Amino acid sequence: MDINYTPEDEAFRTEVKAFMEAKLPKGLSDKVKAGQKLDGEDFMLWQQILGQKGWLVPRWPEEHGGCGWTPVQVNIFDEEAYLAGAPRVLPFGVNMVGPVIIEFGSEDQKARHLPGIARGEVPWCQGFSEPGSGSDLASLKTAAVRDGDDYIVNGQKIWTSYAHFSDWMFCLVRTDPNAAKKQQGISFLLIDMKIPGITVRPIITFDGMHSVNEVFLENVRVPAENLVGEENKGWDYAKFLLGHERTGIAGVGGCKAEFEKLLEIARIEKKNGKPLIEDPLFAVKIARLEIDLRALELTNMRMLSGSGTGLNGAFPSVLKVKGTEVQQRIAELQMDAVGVHALPWQQAAMDPAWNGDTVGPDYAIPRMPAYIDRRKATIYGGSTEIQKNIISKTLLS
Amino acid sequence: MNFNYSEEQSLISDSLGKLLSDGCSQATRRSLIAGDQDHDPEIWSALGELGMLGLPIAEAYAGVGGTAVDTMVAAIEFGRHLSLEPFTASVVLGGGALQLAGTEDQKNAFLPGIADGSKRAAVGFLEPESRFDLSSVATRAEPDGDGYRLSGRKAAVIGAPSADIFIVSARTSGTASDPDGLTLFLVRPDASGVEIKPYRFADGRTGADIVLENVPVAASDILGPKDKAADLIEHIADLGTAALCAEALGALEKIIAMTTEYLKVRTQFGRPIGEFQALQHQLAEMMIDFEHAKSLVFEAAMTADSPDAPIRKKAVSAAKVYLGERGRVICQNAIQMHGGIGMTDEYELGDYVKRVMVAEKAFGDTDQHLERYARQMA
Ligand SMILES: Cc1cc2nc3c(=O)[nH]c(=O)nc-3n(C[C@H](O)[C@H](O)[C@H](O)COP(=O)(O)OP(=O)(O)OC[C@H]3O[C@@H](n4cnc5c(N)ncnc54)[C@H](O)[C@@H]3O)c2cc1C
Ligand SMILES: Cc1cc2nc3c(=O)[nH]c(=O)nc-3n(C[C@H](O)[C@H](O)[C@H](O)COP(=O)(O)OP(=O)(O)OC[C@H]3O[C@@H](n4cnc5c(N)ncnc54)[C@H](O)[C@@H]3O)c2cc1C
Repeated sequence: MDINYTPEDEAFRTEVKAFMEAKLPKGLSDKVKAGQKLDGEDFMLWQQILGQKGWLVPRWPEEHGGCGWTPVQVNIFDEEAYLAGAPRVLPFGVNMVGPVIIEFGSEDQKARHLPGIARGEVPWCQGFSEPGSGSDLASLKTAAVRDGDDYIVNGQKIWTSYAHFSDWMFCLVRTDPNAAKKQQGISFLLIDMKIPGITVRPIITFDGMHSVNEVFLENVRVPAENLVGEENKGWDYAKFLLGHERTGIAGVGGCKAEFEKLLEIARIEKKNGKPLIEDPLFAVKIARLEIDLRALELTNMRMLSGSGTGLNGAFPSVLKVKGTEVQQRIAELQMDAVGVHALPWQQAAMDPAWNGDTVGPDYAIPRMPAYIDRRKATIYGGSTEIQKNIISKTLLS
Repeated sequence: MNFNYSEEQSLISDSLGKLLSDGCSQATRRSLIAGDQDHDPEIWSALGELGMLGLPIAEAYAGVGGTAVDTMVAAIEFGRHLSLEPFTASVVLGGGALQLAGTEDQKNAFLPGIADGSKRAAVGFLEPESRFDLSSVATRAEPDGDGYRLSGRKAAVIGAPSADIFIVSARTSGTASDPDGLTLFLVRPDASGVEIKPYRFADGRTGADIVLENVPVAASDILGPKDKAADLIEHIADLGTAALCAEALGALEKIIAMTTEYLKVRTQFGRPIGEFQALQHQLAEMMIDFEHAKSLVFEAAMTADSPDAPIRKKAVSAAKVYLGERGRVICQNAIQMHGGIGMTDEYELGDYVKRVMVAEKAFGDTDQHLERYARQMA
């Protein structure tokens, strides 16, 4: 055992810091640090910068543009990026469909899609969930019927993050409605969002933001060459995809940056004439949270370094539950820290184009919306209840 | 002991429930907000006609002469229906302040108008730098001839944009967070040097920061004792806090009802999600917390009128703390059990959650009231 980073890791951290200093546009990091709204261009600008450096898809095989970083280095990169105020790298191309195409895609699909993802040029979205199929994803109904060289797709996806600016969507569709098990009749299609029959409708969440959408598919003709792997094997690819995201699942980098912000606010805010961070009640809450965050960080490292547990496949579930709880707790304390300034709802001022009046300190403006926003973290990507089912099933079986 | 509504209270609850369920739909509320309106004038005048706006106001001033329990009964309905009407702001806080401390002239000038709805009041105690400490007042009242000049800034004043009269705390002596030296003043929104910076709270109700710059006020506009208003300020805030807690209780009841219904109708894995024990227990916990919160809200209402400050403060702070902590968790679990739907702006759950969040923060957050409670024990 050794709790320290190696000298190579430290050197790597220095290199990443220097890169952030040099290449992360100030306009962008200012927006991120102020908690302002980011649009598609903001996200993609950063992905392109990383793509040019060859750092966007570090964990891909090197032949497809990976960097050969160790898991610890991937983590260091994440931490430094968040601390510098970089927007998060959208996972849909980089960590989801990319690895699926690398593992199961045709040579044509690899040639056509991987470079665009690795260069940060093509935004992707994930068309899995449907109105009737959330936690029970395998019950999905969107139908794809083979017609000559095409599939004709009909159905509806929902909660599709960033569909409104994505060029492509990877999608689970039902190709065999009569399969013995519902998991067996599902296929994995790559769909060009610009072809006829696709309608994207925004869903506004109650923090006032737009990131999720409904996607309606009406007689959409998808060339059969866009089928990944074999027909009716889509569930296996989806499971591979959902299980693939390992480093990111706990969100440690983002948590550390947000925790720093919490400390910053607690140093500025005053209670009883003293900095809030010196208030006994609040200090204890921050201390507890930092302990949780440290436990999360170390557990994440243990998983990444392959340290054994009795959990086998359920280790990521353990991190998903704890990581999202920590994210939520940070947002909660950030909101509580601003005290009376949490009350005015100034969500409109989170738009960088806003030029109206505001009250209170700027850092208070996004706090209540961000608290609301974080509630989604225990719902998406397999809800906390589903993760706990997985953990206990592993233990009891 | 008796924890039941009287016949009159049941009548208040029923008639308000009827009025608000007809007139306070999500569509109506949103169109009021989109139209930049503070509240619904039709509902407001109906409330006046029903006598709701005079509930805690003495009969001598055209009110009903009710108690804080009557107020609670009404506030539960305002919360249950997410009404934007400035009942708590004008009637409970404004009316309460004038009734507790007003001179005969002051009462005659404002209370009948508040009771019939033709006048609205708003109470400004907190300041941008005060966090939630009611004694931390930087706004100064400097003697000027026969009167005073007020300078300072009041934060998060509920109902301020549409108010006809403000009641603000200012320092006539003492420094920083000294409880001594505080005085309440009646300030007219159109007085010179008053600037209103309006906004909405998360739940759609209007509020404002009020900037005071050399605002002239007459000595006759002092409300209550000069230099010694700290206890009065706490009592007024307690009346408002008890009502806010009741509003939150009404909203939480609706949140639990919505969640219960959703667990019956939403199916996943071929069965209603209410069949999953993980959710059954969360639902049960909501109800366990709700029933205990309700008891404390009842006690807060039954003591809010009491001049016995330590007893009143403990009861009101107990309700605020319990609702602040457990109410927040109820909201979180309600969202969680709804899955993605619970995150949407269109589904009404979010509106209720925001109402509870505003009630949690207004007039002191959980820590503030926990500390105040602890101080009563020492
Ligand atoms: C902000 C946001 C972004 C999203 N982005 C995407 C995206 O880009 N692409 C995509 O495909 N999907 C996306 N999703 C969808 C997300 O994956 C689903 O919301 C999630 O799977 C839950 O499904 P549901 O919303 O239908 O809730 P439901 O499955 O209906 O769940 C409702 C409640 O029941 C519980 N529950 C369900 N089954 C069980 C069980 N067996 N035992 C115990 N409890 C149970 C759940 O935990 C939850 O509390 C997103 C969701 C959100 C909120
Ligand atoms: C100090 C003490 C005094 C007692 N006094 C009396 C007495 O005076 N008279 C009398 O008749 N009995 C008495 N009991 C017995 C008591 O009622 C039983 O212990 C109780 O009913 C639990 O049964 P069990 O011990 O067999 O545990 P089990 O029923 O085997 O339960 C084991 C665990 O499983 C959980 N569990 C069981 N079923 C479910 C379910 N459907 N869903 C979720 N979780 C479940 C339980 O909550 C528990 O955590 C007493 C017990 C104790 C410890």
